[in-house]
Amino acid sequence: MSTAGNTETEGRVYNVGGQDWDEIVAAADDGADSTRDERLIVNMGPQHPSTHGVLRLVLTLDGETVTELRPVVGYLHTGIEKNMEFRTWTQGVAFCTRMDYLSPLFNETAYCLATERLLGITDQIPERASVLRVLMMELNRISSHLTAVGTFGLEVGATTVFLYGMREREKVLDLFELISGLRMNHAYIRPGGVSQDLPSGALEKLREFLGVMPGQLDELRKLLDVNPIYLRRTRDIAYLDLAGCMALGVTGPILRSTGLPWDLRKSQPYCGYETYDFDVPTQESCDAYGRYLVRMDEIDQSLRIIEQCVDRLAAPRPPDDPVMIGNAKIGWPAQLAVGPDGLGNSADHIAHIMSQSMEALIHHFKLVTEGFRVPAGQVYAAVESPRGELGCHAVSDGGTRPYRVHFRDPSFTNLQSVSVMCEGGMVADVISAVASIDPVMGGVDR
Amino acid sequence: MTEHGTGVPNVNEDAAVIAGRERMSEQVVRTGAFGTETTGDTSGYGGLRVRKQPPLSSEPPYGSYFDEVADTLAGALEQSGAGFGDAIERVVAAHGELTFYVRREHLVEVARKLRDDPALAFEMCLGVSGTHYPADAGSELHGVYHLLSISRNRRLRLEVTAPDADPHVPSLVDVYPTCDWHERETWDFFGLVFDGHPALTRIEMPDDWKGHPQRKDYPLGGIPVEYRGATVPPPDERRSYA
Repeated sequence: MSTAGNTETEGRVYNVGGQDWDEIVAAADDGADSTRDERLIVNMGPQHPSTHGVLRLVLTLDGETVTELRPVVGYLHTGIEKNMEFRTWTQGVAFCTRMDYLSPLFNETAYCLATERLLGITDQIPERASVLRVLMMELNRISSHLTAVGTFGLEVGATTVFLYGMREREKVLDLFELISGLRMNHAYIRPGGVSQDLPSGALEKLREFLGVMPGQLDELRKLLDVNPIYLRRTRDIAYLDLAGCMALGVTGPILRSTGLPWDLRKSQPYCGYETYDFDVPTQESCDAYGRYLVRMDEIDQSLRIIEQCVDRLAAPRPPDDPVMIGNAKIGWPAQLAVGPDGLGNSADHIAHIMSQSMEALIHHFKLVTEGFRVPAGQVYAAVESPRGELGCHAVSDGGTRPYRVHFRDPSFTNLQSVSVMCEGGMVADVISAVASIDPVMGGVDR
Repeated sequence: MTEHGTGVPNVNEDAAVIAGRERMSEQVVRTGAFGTETTGDTSGYGGLRVRKQPPLSSEPPYGSYFDEVADTLAGALEQSGAGFGDAIERVVAAHGELTFYVRREHLVEVARKLRDDPALAFEMCLGVSGTHYPADAGSELHGVYHLLSISRNRRLRLEVTAPDADPHVPSLVDVYPTCDWHERETWDFFGLVFDGHPALTRIEMPDDWKGHPQRKDYPLGGIPVEYRGATVPPPDERRSYA
């Protein structure tokens, strides 16, 4: 132990070196201040297993009680919004998918919906592309919630829950790999549609997934729903009521755990969500346990939606049923295919542009090198991500690149509420509170 | 449409010609395209001159629920002394979205009315986003607020502007506490100062960072990358078509 620092500005500073707690206590006890100020400031993170990445919490403790909590963010800022201003509108997808890395398909959808609204082509998106978007988003909601529930279990001491959660999530990632080619950061949803149609065999895999998933979820729920340790760590912990959510702009499962059935899929539908049959689960408890239950119920509802998507995708198709908008000046023309030398543009497309259609070649060349122009203006498009309202504010100056893209990430906004949830509570409950918010720092910092 | 102040309308000149002349007298904000500046430009785009866009403005009726929102807000503002025209510079209804351009001195009052009036009930603010328009002399910095009414299922955008020379707008933290981090982020990235914010510090960039990175005059940075003998310039120096 050593003491250092400017005592006038910082008070007494003790540097803790480990195994010297008795010395610290003794030094604090015979300190000059007679008030016996027991305030202890603890720095939790940015490298702490329970902070979901790189979140730093500055805790002021009085004994075991948190009297003040200040979250510090910014450790994962990567300038994605700035970078997108220097790439074409289509290339932007590959950037924004990396923001909230647990829900990449929601980032892509919010951005593409904003781009399409600026272009005025919202109602020209092919039906099949919208169904594929919904399918991928709901799969993604399941994988994201499983991560949230699994890591929550790990952080309050239940390792099995984490392993089960990751095991089930892996099934979703396998489906992502099959459909989009990538397990994360897909860039699958593009302005105008989606990059690929379903590969052969995908529907069978999806049905298989729908068959095994309910049983696996039951297994997970058996471990947690009435587990006495889990209940004591989550029930009445991290309380935030409806008024608090409204003031702090909190959305998603936290808002629905206060009893308000606010879900953009129902209230302001996009991608044809109004045509699917599903419920908005709510809880009235306003606590961490309620948020857990909302997430688990939402997984069940997502499975319902996926089932309806699979039925629609399996229905007989008209011969020309695209997954990308027909407008040749906007829709990316190429489809990928595996050739003798690996993955690339399909041989059919190459033959078409090189020997059949001059116009197709021109369109391909212009789209790849220059991109498409988006009329000047600004829009705000929002989707219901697993964590709440994910909004994309896109501004165009009429050029081939976004003038400004801003993402209203739900993790960023929801994380503000962690102080309100924790102050006055026990220090151990900070872990539960952060886990129940389920912040993803990639989305917070962008 | 008068000629040299004689008061006689010139019937020979049609509206499109006048509009075109007005457009040509606007400030040039960008020249050239494809990165061509000297010889080798066979496209002619090197001589392109792009002029400043005129500000958008919509006239009532705006359509949808927009008229009801505008009228209710006008009534509420009238009651408290400030007129709709004093507080709201212009209204834009485009892409199915309504935007009020609010004069910055009236921002807090307008936001409070939008939140508290039961017929408006915009309970939730979805944060602040900034935009920087270096060519827009006198109002280079824009703060954009998205409001949501859950009880009426409506959305609304407020936009407030400030010049680079005096980058101050009032803080909305008192009305919408959620703006706390969002205003810090906008200050961090754009240098827009929110007066009355409880602790306007950087949030994403390090505390000792110089400059505000999302401004248009702040370079993206990057270094050229060599790949198989060819050199790829950094993204902000690559050929641009916009």
